[in-house]
Amino acid sequence: MQRNYSNFEDPARARNLILEGARVVDPRLKLDAAVNLHVHDGILTVAPADVPADADVIDLRGHIITPGWFDLHVHLREPGREVAETVESGCQAAMNGGFTGVACMPNTDPPLDDVGRVQWVMEKAAKWPVDVSVIAAATRERAGKELVDMSELVEVGVRGFSDDGAPIRNTAVLRHAMEYANMLGARVFQHADDPDLSSGGAMNEGEWSTRLGLPGIPSVGETADVLRCILLAEYTGAAVHICHVSTKDSVQWIRWAKEHKLPVTAEVCPHHLFQTEESCKDFDTDYKMSPPLRTEADRMACLAGLVDGTLDAYCTDHAPHSWEVKMQEFDVAPFGVVGLETALGLAFTHLVPNVMDLAALLERTVYGPREILQQPIPQIANGAPANLTIIDPKAVWTVDPAKFRSRSRNSSFKGMTLKGSARGIVNRGFAVIKNGRSA
Amino acid sequence: MSLLAHKHMLGLVDYSEQEITMILDTAMRMKDILDRPVKKVPTLRGVTVVNLFFEASTRTRISFELAEKRLSADTLNFSASGSSLSKGETLLDTALNIEAMKIDVVVMRHKSPGSPHFLARHLDSVIVNAGDGTHEHPTQALLDMLTLREKFGTLKGLRVCLVGDISHSRVALSNIIGLKTMGANVTLCAPATLIPRDVQKFGVDITHNLDEAIQNCDALNILRIQLERQTAGLFPSLREYQKYFGLTRERLAKASSPLTILHPGPMNRGVEITSDVADSEHSVILQQVTNGVAVRMAVLYLLAGAQPQPA
Ligand SMILES: [Zn+2]
Repeated sequence: MQRNYSNFEDPARARNLILEGARVVDPRLKLDAAVNLHVHDGILTVAPADVPADADVIDLRGHIITPGWFDLHVHLREPGREVAETVESGCQAAMNGGFTGVACMPNTDPPLDDVGRVQWVMEKAAKWPVDVSVIAAATRERAGKELVDMSELVEVGVRGFSDDGAPIRNTAVLRHAMEYANMLGARVFQHADDPDLSSGGAMNEGEWSTRLGLPGIPSVGETADVLRCILLAEYTGAAVHICHVSTKDSVQWIRWAKEHKLPVTAEVCPHHLFQTEESCKDFDTDYKMSPPLRTEADRMACLAGLVDGTLDAYCTDHAPHSWEVKMQEFDVAPFGVVGLETALGLAFTHLVPNVMDLAALLERTVYGPREILQQPIPQIANGAPANLTIIDPKAVWTVDPAKFRSRSRNSSFKGMTLKGSARGIVNRGFAVIKNGRSA
Repeated sequence: MSLLAHKHMLGLVDYSEQEITMILDTAMRMKDILDRPVKKVPTLRGVTVVNLFFEASTRTRISFELAEKRLSADTLNFSASGSSLSKGETLLDTALNIEAMKIDVVVMRHKSPGSPHFLARHLDSVIVNAGDGTHEHPTQALLDMLTLREKFGTLKGLRVCLVGDISHSRVALSNIIGLKTMGANVTLCAPATLIPRDVQKFGVDITHNLDEAIQNCDALNILRIQLERQTAGLFPSLREYQKYFGLTRERLAKASSPLTILHPGPMNRGVEITSDVADSEHSVILQQVTNGVAVRMAVLYLLAGAQPQPA
């Protein structure tokens, strides 16, 4: 039987599939071996004794199979800005980038601040082999005043609340959001920033903003808000998650919080790990993001924070914007950069094995993000649902945004040559594998 | 066909000492034209220049327009209040329309830093930056440098102090870059809230004491203070600003040697500069205006009109 597994629009069912010859790695199960995997109706058998005669066999020698990667911070833009992304195109971008799960942020238009809207997104996502966790707005209309109906939202599966795109500015509201969410076993995701300091800014405040004459966003605005979150976590005991950390001082204070056993978690994005403010020098708006690209010292601190576990999750802040709105003056264009389809390649080019081993990377891409959102942890074990990311660690490719599955092209990594790419994913009973025609 | 290493003049940041010198020397020859009875040469005949002003700036626009006419270019003026989007058209659409009309040179003023760079990426035309927000305003810096060079003979070793709102000035950055390239020493004198972050990386000195600055410089370039900065909380009051950073006759009298006074205009008389100073024998403010036309003629000539010398 021959089946084409490379169809992104209509993913093939993983009914009877042999993934042959890959290095299979599941650090938490101490598994690291070249074994075959059999996926039968979406359920795994590791190293099956014999290959079923009618199975589709896909040769994955030279590849790595890990538990499915999870991107803790993406923007799917639906409802409201379907021209930039939809749940469907976002899921396809996730599949293309090797992610079997994503958490999507609520700053849509209208925002995802009630059960009806959240479930509408969940239903749209249900047909795709990507687990979409919705992070609901923390306050109604993301206005920073009244809490959303958190209990009801937790009942339908929400575990994260955020006004992302902006911080919860009022400290009392932030405190109450943290306390109430924590009571429900969820947590607040804070886009750490002081809007009074950052308002009107277009890039990091420093040498380059001065050279370019662009209004600056001071790093102290982020760090001050990180400290506010840490102080509230200490005072209330409630958990808080810091989104897209970008400054050296943020990393240091989060490290301090963890040393003091405070319930603080944090994430970091590839652009803050691999790029600096200098990238803005040609006024290319693909390098305009919030928080902005910072200095080399900030970048190195973020990298160190990811390596030592201060930063729990490697996520993309995938923020699609249509060509029209990005093709404007730098100070006018919106913030944001897509990331779903380059994150894995960047990790294999710049992180593994030079600065961290594969097991540590998987802590930040598989386990850490799901623990923060309390999602089931995938295991590569007999009888477990197949939730896999297939990686070609040797593939050398050049980032060409025109080939993205995302509807948007605003990549700051365009033109970059990467070593390592996502070959495909298996999840929710489906398999999508590029060039995945069984023999 | 440019005699300069650059096709455009987006800013002074990449211009070498040789190029700036060539522009200033050329501007001196252009000044001769301005002194003739018939102030017009056919140099840019057949060249079409559009003055694309997205932000009102009567002085700069008239100065460019005059420079273009003196060189016999065909000129067009386009002004739009506010941003390019106020008519629902993007900057890119504007650019593509210009391209379709076969324009040779675009002189551009826009409030967004980098907007001339944006246009330069999408057009074949020569782009001349007439001020992009608080980024560069290269022809203003060139006319300031021309004025100083006329007065002192050289810029090398000259001590120039820029006084006022460095952060929000469209004049400061090009002046700092140009003067440093030409070997001058640059000091910035302003309240701490009006000094951009990390600006010392340009190799400038910073002071908050105008009396001290005056003792240690040859020329003062007084920048306009925008009144709305007070309500933004950047300084307490105009009275206080005037008292500590305003240039007065008494303050100037304390200088060890007579200082040359520049101001890019328009002046707030009685705020950053008193009238008796602005109109004094040390002031070269009106020479700056004349030199502005000459410098702009030189830039247009070198970028769009000059034929390469035969080998
Ligand atoms: Zn955010």
